[in-house]
Amino acid sequence: MALDKIGIAKRIAQEIKDGSYINLGIGIPTLVANFIPKNIEVVLQSENGLLGIGPFPHEEEVDADLINAGKQTVTMQPGSSLFNSAESFAMIRGGHVDLTILGAMEVSENGDIANWKIPGKMVKGMGGAMDLVASADHIIVAMQHKSRSGQSKLLKNCTLPITGIKCVKKIVTDLAVLDILPEGGFKLLERAPGVSVDEIKNATEGKLIIEGEIPEMKLEVAKV
Amino acid sequence: MINKVVESADKAVFDIPDNATLMLGGFGLCGIPENSIKALLKKGIHGLTCISNNAGVDDFGIGLMLQTRQVKKMISSYVGENAEFERQLLSGELEVDLIPQGTLSERIRAGGAGIPAFFTPAGYGTEIAEGKEVREFDGKNYLLESWLRADFSLVKAWKGDTAGNLIYKGTARNFNPMMAAAGKITIAEVEELVPAGELDPNQIHTPGIYVQRIFKGQDYEKRIEQRTTRL
Repeated sequence: MALDKIGIAKRIAQEIKDGSYINLGIGIPTLVANFIPKNIEVVLQSENGLLGIGPFPHEEEVDADLINAGKQTVTMQPGSSLFNSAESFAMIRGGHVDLTILGAMEVSENGDIANWKIPGKMVKGMGGAMDLVASADHIIVAMQHKSRSGQSKLLKNCTLPITGIKCVKKIVTDLAVLDILPEGGFKLLERAPGVSVDEIKNATEGKLIIEGEIPEMKLEVAKV
Repeated sequence: MINKVVESADKAVFDIPDNATLMLGGFGLCGIPENSIKALLKKGIHGLTCISNNAGVDDFGIGLMLQTRQVKKMISSYVGENAEFERQLLSGELEVDLIPQGTLSERIRAGGAGIPAFFTPAGYGTEIAEGKEVREFDGKNYLLESWLRADFSLVKAWKGDTAGNLIYKGTARNFNPMMAAAGKITIAEVEELVPAGELDPNQIHTPGIYVQRIFKGQDYEKRIEQRTTRL
């Protein structure tokens, strides 16, 4: 069965390495924070000027002066730091943030990403997405494999205005985990539980590379 | 020390003319100059170009100045959550320049720091690169982006002193420090205003040299866009 948003978030959480600094985008990426294994230490960056995002506050702790980039009230972890927006993007462009996880409307087989604008619809703006995708060494995209109307979102070329070129390295969808190879192409690594290789083939318009047996994702994390 | 204190928001914004270019601090509704915005509404000037990361919501922040049609152009990175904004944009009443957030913050920083242009990777290969100079450094392509400066910058801090030194709180800092430096005239509003000498110089975020006028703000609403709590 295809994964729900929680399933995608759980699978992405398995990619997170101990000791890393991570920027989580809005939507499914924000959910990833809930599934980071307890035995690893990471620091979450919020581009509005906070390193060390903590959990949502208890009602009595709510502080209008402490929000994340999704404008949600948050708390700070012990050891947090605060800074201005120019400093925040200096740490992003400067390559100090190890991993960026964000959503996408389309990804192409050479790693282009489109996630900021749909022609004919109200344009809200790119926020920090263009800076993040142009700068991060490692980008994981969380997305649905197909649109609501059943069109593939893993394409040969993006049809929507792009946010950045040749930047996505890994994708976790409701159907599969895939790497984008440096020479181009979606390399199938894992299937969602109960999803067949054929289903993934049918849902992928871009070049899909399948080598050997494709294992199912393991989503239940062993209790620590 | 030079005394920068003005009595009220109205006195602080008294000489902002029609068609001025303004910078307004804040990220969403966090750290916005609530008092200066109210004073601009009262003053009723028009044709403003507003440089601000966001455009407020329909009934708060810069959204209030959109309701009164005081804004001609917005320069922002993200302008969602605002129905009146959308209406004016689609009807052609409002011009909008959307800029990647890191490029926006660096253009403002550059404006205050006297750096007319710089290269950034953000937006290379996208539609925002159209017409911009591209240069390769160490095998990667970058876009040339120019500085932004303003006739007036309206910033909000937590504490300030009579000499214009400012300290921000939490993530309400955001764009305020760069904007303070990039305004020809910078107007700072603060929740707490103290005599020069009372703030610890080690803790100052914005040195007073960047601030021309400072006043103690009143009745801060500090509206929250997404109140999220846990049990």
